Amino acid sequence: MKTFFAQHLAALRDALRRLLASPLNTLLSLLVIGIALALPSAGWLVLDNLRGITGSASGVQQVSIFMALDAGKKEVDEIETRLREARPGHWRFVPRDEALKRLQASEGMAEVIASLPKNPLPDAFIVEPEDTQPDSLERLAGTFSGWPKVAHVQLDSDWVKRFDAFLRIGKLSITLLAGLLAGALVAVTFNTIRLQVLAQATEIEVARLIGATDAFIRRPFHYFGALQGALGGLFAALLVSSAGLLLAAPVGELVALYGGNFVLRGLSPGNIAAMAAIGAALGWLGAQLSVSLHLHRIG
Amino acid sequence: MISCSSVSKRYPEGLEALKDVSFEIDAGEMVFISGHSGAGKSTLFRLLAAIERPTSGSIVINGQNLSALRKSAIPYLRRNFGLIFQDQKLLFDRSVLDNVLLPLAIVGLPAREAASRARAALDKVGLLEREKAHPIALSGGEQQRLAIARAVVNRPAILLADEPTANLDAESAAAILEIFRAFHQVGVTLVIATHDPQWMARFSPRVLRLERGRLLEGAA
Repeated sequence: MKTFFAQHLAALRDALRRLLASPLNTLLSLLVIGIALALPSAGWLVLDNLRGITGSASGVQQVSIFMALDAGKKEVDEIETRLREARPGHWRFVPRDEALKRLQASEGMAEVIASLPKNPLPDAFIVEPEDTQPDSLERLAGTFSGWPKVAHVQLDSDWVKRFDAFLRIGKLSITLLAGLLAGALVAVTFNTIRLQVLAQATEIEVARLIGATDAFIRRPFHYFGALQGALGGLFAALLVSSAGLLLAAPVGELVALYGGNFVLRGLSPGNIAAMAAIGAALGWLGAQLSVSLHLHRIG
Repeated sequence: MISCSSVSKRYPEGLEALKDVSFEIDAGEMVFISGHSGAGKSTLFRLLAAIERPTSGSIVINGQNLSALRKSAIPYLRRNFGLIFQDQKLLFDRSVLDNVLLPLAIVGLPAREAASRARAALDKVGLLEREKAHPIALSGGEQQRLAIARAVVNRPAILLADEPTANLDAESAAAILEIFRAFHQVGVTLVIATHDPQWMARFSPRVLRLERGRLLEGAA
């Protein structure tokens, strides 16, 4: 066990030494890996933030049931009973008088309303469904419109649906991009390791002759690939976070102009760790492929 | 300890480097393999070190049949040997001490113990003061002694050497001879391929004489 740790520690030290031995190469590799990881990460972060917007919108996601203007107390009670049975989530009744009063309270509307001969507003129910999936909302709206004396059911989720479709496309594009760039990252590590294996051909040959196992020979390369990938991941996190910081102020201004309270979300420590881990895994893979291929050629 | 029976080695180009060679070497013995260049000494060295496999026949070392050995078992077999190559195979990008540390790193010895063992090995070959130097700064004789230190640092039971005094002046060669004699005295089995007559004069050892791939004498 002690031997095991000593060997791994030695391999790690060896990998570190190689990284530091050629700082310019290391820096360039980190730049490439960092950018390759930063692009999909940034895209993912943007999507996550957009999803946050729909998430906060879902708080006010509602289905409005407008009664016919000639609907009386009896019909309203009927709908109320049905809602109680259907349990779609929270709902409240907005009587037409109250709706009018609220409208009057809005700036500039009082005069308009005063000029109307009678209250043009119907009684309404505002339902905030528990299940805000676009499909479920659609179904719910369908049910409501079948009820007696319901004049109109308004689903506020049309834009949510469009937005959702947009997000799905965005997610798919980012996944594709991530796949491509992961390939690039593996290729970068593959090439770096290839050069190292060739540069250390003598050392590898000698080590083999005096009893080194393949695992012993591969280990420093694996550590090198993983370490370079992990550092690249951290570098990517740095790039994304810097971009986020730069954007935070203008986005805040824009949101304030619309009276919103949306705050741009940055990378969480978990995200950063995940980026480092993904970088490490891809680096390890590149090293593994490269070492397997090139060790064959030496001896 | 080492047993070869009917060993032949034919290279793909058709060259038959060894023909039907059989011999036994006991533990603690010092045996020389002699012959002109091209007689098959180096081939035999490579077969014994499991760098190559015989075309036919079997080699058994420490009870292990080399031909039947899985590839993954070879590194562990090699750790029983100290190998000294004709071209030494030193690593010129690291210090003398680091060269000697390599076999210990391979077996995973903890750093402190490894360092003290490596210094002991360097001391035995008289290179302790040069531990920080790089091999390029050493003379031919010193480089050979460094190769020996690296071969013995693991305290192997068997030392295999291929032309250890080739290209050395008489004085350096004599120093190498003395080092080998010391190992022989502590019971290490030594197999030395050489065509240097100095050795025979010095030790009057058992000699396996090869000529054009055949073993002419010393088989017993």
